[in-house]
Amino acid sequence: MPRRSFVDYLLGTSLGMVVAAIFYPILRFLVPPRIAESSELNVVAAKTAELKPNSGKVFPFGTEPAIVIQTPGGEIRAFSAVCTHLACTVQYRDDLQQIWCACHDGHYDLYGKNIGGPPPQPLTKLTANIRGDEIIVSKG
Amino acid sequence: MTGKLLTTSLGAISALALFAATGRAQPAPAAAAKVDQCVACHSELEGRLGDPVKALQQKNDVHGQHGFSCANCHGGDPSQGSGKAAMDPAKGFVAVPKRQDIPRLCGKCHSDPAFMKQFDPAERTDQESEYSTSVHGKRLKQGDQKVAVCTSCHGFHGVKAVKNSTAPVYALHVAETCGSCHANVGYMQPYGIPTDQLAKWQSSVHGEAMLKKQDLSAPTCNDCHGNHGATPPSVASVANVCGTCHVRQAELFQKSPHAKPFQALGNGACVQCHSNHEIHHPSDEMLGVGKQSVCVECHFEGTSSFKAAAAMSGQISDLAAQIRRAGEILQEASNDGMEVSRPQFDLREAGNKLINARVVVHSFAPGQVEAAVKPGLEVAGKAHQAGLVALSDFQFRRKGLAVSLLFIAIAVAAIFLKLRQIERRQSSA
Amino acid sequence: MKTLAWLEERLGLEPVLKLVEKKTVPIHRHSIWYYLGGMTLFLFVTQAVTGILLLLYYRPSSDGAYESVQFIMGQVSFGWLVRSIHSWSANLMIGTLFIHMFSVFLTKAYRPPRELTWISGAVLLFLALTFGFSGYLLPWNKVSFFATRVGTQIAGVVPGIGTFLLRFLRGGDDVSGATLTRFYGFHVAILPAITALFLGVHVWLVQKQGMSLPPGEDESQVKTMKFVPNFLLRDAMGWLLALGLLAALSALFPWELGQKADPFASAPAGIKPEWYFLFLFQTLKYIPAKVAFIDGDVLGVLIMGAGAALWVFVPFLDRQAARGEKSPVFTAIGWVLIVYIVGMTLVGYFT
Repeated sequence: MPRRSFVDYLLGTSLGMVVAAIFYPILRFLVPPRIAESSELNVVAAKTAELKPNSGKVFPFGTEPAIVIQTPGGEIRAFSAVCTHLACTVQYRDDLQQIWCACHDGHYDLYGKNIGGPPPQPLTKLTANIRGDEIIVSKG
Repeated sequence: MTGKLLTTSLGAISALALFAATGRAQPAPAAAAKVDQCVACHSELEGRLGDPVKALQQKNDVHGQHGFSCANCHGGDPSQGSGKAAMDPAKGFVAVPKRQDIPRLCGKCHSDPAFMKQFDPAERTDQESEYSTSVHGKRLKQGDQKVAVCTSCHGFHGVKAVKNSTAPVYALHVAETCGSCHANVGYMQPYGIPTDQLAKWQSSVHGEAMLKKQDLSAPTCNDCHGNHGATPPSVASVANVCGTCHVRQAELFQKSPHAKPFQALGNGACVQCHSNHEIHHPSDEMLGVGKQSVCVECHFEGTSSFKAAAAMSGQISDLAAQIRRAGEILQEASNDGMEVSRPQFDLREAGNKLINARVVVHSFAPGQVEAAVKPGLEVAGKAHQAGLVALSDFQFRRKGLAVSLLFIAIAVAAIFLKLRQIERRQSSA
Repeated sequence: MKTLAWLEERLGLEPVLKLVEKKTVPIHRHSIWYYLGGMTLFLFVTQAVTGILLLLYYRPSSDGAYESVQFIMGQVSFGWLVRSIHSWSANLMIGTLFIHMFSVFLTKAYRPPRELTWISGAVLLFLALTFGFSGYLLPWNKVSFFATRVGTQIAGVVPGIGTFLLRFLRGGDDVSGATLTRFYGFHVAILPAITALFLGVHVWLVQKQGMSLPPGEDESQVKTMKFVPNFLLRDAMGWLLALGLLAALSALFPWELGQKADPFASAPAGIKPEWYFLFLFQTLKYIPAKVAFIDGDVLGVLIMGAGAALWVFVPFLDRQAARGEKSPVFTAIGWVLIVYIVGMTLVGYFT
């Protein structure tokens, strides 16, 4: 009977569409996105070539800015770039060989310790490692 | 009559004795094996005569802590049990030191580096000499009995260390302490200077930072005026004073076209636009040619400087507006449930650039301001774009939902029809 | 079908096929509640599927968990959908579970011979709540961090084993990355294994014993429908509607990410557990701090423990229902509990 096959046809097609509507997102989900997760575990802060001695670079580290520096002596160190006074972003001063906050003249030494101006606390230290030609910064 | 004569002569003799005793009459603080008779008697007394002892014996009295006692300042002989012998002017006793003598009395110890470094090697010992350069010190020399001396701010019995948070000279309390005279209209009447500084400072951004946010690095009276050498900064040095914290603004200002003219006109640099005590958080409206602008106080329409002011104001407002726009759209996307925490973080950088641009305004050079604003505009633009993408993604989700719900509705209807068909067959069978 | 015959030869599928053909479901004024068990099962399967998908991107450490969920919500294709369905379905499942449990209670379906079905169901309730509690921490945001701290604190109040229980749950003395890893282990391995066992027993028993008739219905007189296809097709309609509801909730009210947990920050004001624990939480709040010589918290925990034990052994306590008679006392208890739970949840939510 034609009506019976119509109902069956309808049932089959509609259930098929529902199944497709379930499997399409699942299959898309399984394929990882193009930009692999920028995990805050390891962020490429800079290339070793671009960070010269006595210079620094501010880069995004998760939800906050961070700064990686190369001391005049050649050591690579990384800190949170959030000034501990009123949360402005700090920068490297090659003339002072210090880390400096422009907002109220806060000074930090190259170990992140607050040595002048209003900042009440040192900058949070981060771990910097060199992998090949990249400087990787991670927490802790 | 006789009593008065007696007291006066006693006073005069003790003053002389005190001057004589201004030689190195250093007390030995650790001579505590003997009983201090001053303390022994006066601790039994009430009111004015007993309170000083109680104050001295407080845990936080810095003199009492280090073994100093009555005789170290008042002179006399603490080993004597009888009042007369103890409070002997011959032994240097002074009941109430004269106001003019107080700096020298305190300076007896506090200006002696060799002595002070026993207690704190880093302690400064130039307070007395600084004081003599201050307005207070100069007026005191001329005989003004109302000006502040050491005891006015530091107290006399019960002196707390500066770093003690309950001390009247602790950073948080300095303004109040200065204000106890300077805000007292009646007291200050003979001097003819304003008495509204305290109120103005309290309403200022610096006052708020210190009083509301407890930011000890905020400037209070002594940070701009000096504490022992208290003097208002001269017109020429205002920018230097503000520039001790606001370094960049001061540097830019000194190189700007305003520096020389302001000095020539005797305008106090920063104070001209920002005021001295009643410094409020600057707004973008202060810049430019609008009603609330400070520029139009001097610059008239049609001049190139007027145009420059308008240009700079336009650049700053433009960036602020772009940031606001991006922030709004991202907030809208976030309210829709879209994940935009990354673009919101990136927008922060634009905020930083805006703060920087507002500092660069102090160069009063539109070219520099434009250069400062440009990177901020780029970032804000990107964030705005991300917001648009998020919103369109949300629309995509809603459309996708509508489609899925349609499929589901059709499937449910199909099942319903199938059931009806089956059950018809079952009931007829 | 040839495949079916092939399988039948090897697996002995006859009892299954007989069930499919012969099983019936009674139709009466309370048969609407029969759908809730299957609905809960459907939602559980949804949890398992979306949970497994989330496993592919989630990182169970305190410095990666929040970021990985942020990544899923923002970057992964349809990640927002999978995660939001998982969170919404968890809540819906516990909701249908409670309704299923109370409908079973009020229709006295726990009476002989279905005592084991009830007991396995009570265990499943406990497992579902533990799934909810452990899963809640996994995004490692501020709210879940503090809710976990408060919840495990209450566990620590149990007399005797309290300290052990607290340290066992937290993986230490305080809530930390160790707690997260542990809860993850519970949530994706231990609980699923135990649940599979009890769920298997529960569902098998239902199939074996058939649907229970409420007291008062006459077995010989009652109308029935075939399980396959009639009941099952109706089940399917319900499941599809539930799927649509989940899709709508996920698209229109995506589950929020919150802010990353900060163990050194102070607790936000008015911290509350998820709604399904609210009635317990609110009850504890109303018990005075000290009752005679016992701590209010301890008393509360003991009362709840005792209540739970009584609930589990209800089939053995309700003698009247066991005899097939009306059991108004237990019906009344059921209604009182429903009103209490709903009431306390609303109070907890709005105050």
